[in-house]
Amino acid sequence: MAFTAFSAAEQKVDESARKRSPIALFLLLPGVLFLVLFFVTPLISLVLTSLQEPVPGGFFGEYRQALNWQNYVFVLETYGVQAARAFGYAALASLFALLIGFPLAYFIGITLRRFPLLQALALVLVIAPFFISFLLRTLAWKQIFAIEGPVAGLANAIGLLGPGESITGTAFSVVFGLTYNFIPFMTLPIYATLERLDLRLVEAGGDLYANPATVFRTVTLPLAAPGVISGTLLTFIPASGDYINASRDFLGSTETAMIGTVIEANFLVLQNYPAAAALSIVLMAVILVLVAIYVKRSGTEDLL
Amino acid sequence: MRGFGKYAIWVYSGIALVFLMIPIVYTIVFSFNDSRRTNIIWRGFTFDNWLNVCDAQDVCQAFGNSILIAVSATFIATVLGTMIAIALVRYRFRFRNTTTLLIFLPLTTPEVVLGAGLAAQFLQAGVPKGLGTVIIAHALFCISFVIVTVRARVAGLDPALEEAGRDLYGSPQQVFWRVTFPLLLPGIIAAALLSFALSFDDFIITNFNRGAEVTFPSFIYTAAARGIPAEANVIASAVFLLAILLVIIAQVGAAIRRRQRANA
Repeated sequence: MAFTAFSAAEQKVDESARKRSPIALFLLLPGVLFLVLFFVTPLISLVLTSLQEPVPGGFFGEYRQALNWQNYVFVLETYGVQAARAFGYAALASLFALLIGFPLAYFIGITLRRFPLLQALALVLVIAPFFISFLLRTLAWKQIFAIEGPVAGLANAIGLLGPGESITGTAFSVVFGLTYNFIPFMTLPIYATLERLDLRLVEAGGDLYANPATVFRTVTLPLAAPGVISGTLLTFIPASGDYINASRDFLGSTETAMIGTVIEANFLVLQNYPAAAALSIVLMAVILVLVAIYVKRSGTEDLL
Repeated sequence: MRGFGKYAIWVYSGIALVFLMIPIVYTIVFSFNDSRRTNIIWRGFTFDNWLNVCDAQDVCQAFGNSILIAVSATFIATVLGTMIAIALVRYRFRFRNTTTLLIFLPLTTPEVVLGAGLAAQFLQAGVPKGLGTVIIAHALFCISFVIVTVRARVAGLDPALEEAGRDLYGSPQQVFWRVTFPLLLPGIIAAALLSFALSFDDFIITNFNRGAEVTFPSFIYTAAARGIPAEANVIASAVFLLAILLVIIAQVGAAIRRRQRANA
């Protein structure tokens, strides 16, 4: 399953069983060329674009190649808040998704083992959100939270929400939306590791007089770690680049703009391509550093 | 404590599953709303939206574009990805680590970066944006998912089966198409379905590379400001019900087979 992408899922294959053959080249070349042409060179394009400067006296949106490092200074000064907000929201959403996703994955992967049909059904329910438009689901929350809606009424009644205040357009609603949208991405990889977990190991812990909490901490959790790592990355990475939830037409407002919001605005609206490119490089660099640290700390070094 | 814990996880997970279903149910229910311009307030039940989906022409056209893009991108990603997956498991070659990194990196790259990068490249190369650029963009992010999914299947393949084919004087082509390929097929189909779902629902990468073309998600994004026509809910609900039906059939089938095997 693709959701174990980030865990060391590959069985150890005896390297000598692999042949050298020209067929390998034939199999690899088209796909690798595609990735070089449409993944590697676009990244180089981004780096080059991020160093461009406006053509003096040129048209709106016209730039020429330069070594204009000032673009990075500019975007960090102008959009530092949005960048920090993106990583903060993404971290919170990953945490909440883990708090919901882990018990859910444990329930489906371990508790429901004795009920194969129920297990299959629960799994379908977790996958279900993938099959209905991400945007419509997010809009559904917006309407559920709307001022005249039942949730706002309840929040008003118990004093959580002052009169005239709204749930949407706040940091709460954006993090809520991100959490909701990425729960399946968190749950599925954890489920994939827990489903394979050998319950005799847990029993052995109990036989050695460890209490359930100790068994969970010293046996279950370490064995589930690859799934937790996978799930956290699959949640954090897309969440930090997302700008749908934070959009003011969805769950956000101008006060909740994230780094994706300003990349989109600079590229597609303001045609400030160098700023958009510099922001993209910043986002990519931060994520690569975080992924490297996270993966190294957790000890799963042979990724993919 | 133990007994309480047992029930607690049932309750907690039950609530979590219900929580996951809320916006889905909402979207489906509102596909039956007798709405006029905006589909926000409930105005009564009707089948009209379902019977006359294509009255909202822009919705239907966006849906058609999305299907065309998803089919094309899935085809490209599945073919290229399957070939790489087979090579990764079966063959020794130089630059293996570089290749693995090349496959892994797109998975760790946020969509907005992939989208902006491609758009910057198309801009520099003077390529006009359109359906073609969207198909390339979608194939790009699907390909790594295909490789990961199919590779697991190739790695799990019993080499003895192919050996038997060769022992029976099958040519390499015959062994591949009559033994290897059919055994890989479930993995390839799973990868293709995943690609299709990812492509069909993608908004961010699409938005950077679509030019003036409208896909189903980009239609919704633009329409969100002025209100979504109920026909969009109809299409999303129909796709959802069809997909869920396929998944349930596959899952229940697998569960029944497992049980039969356990009983046998």
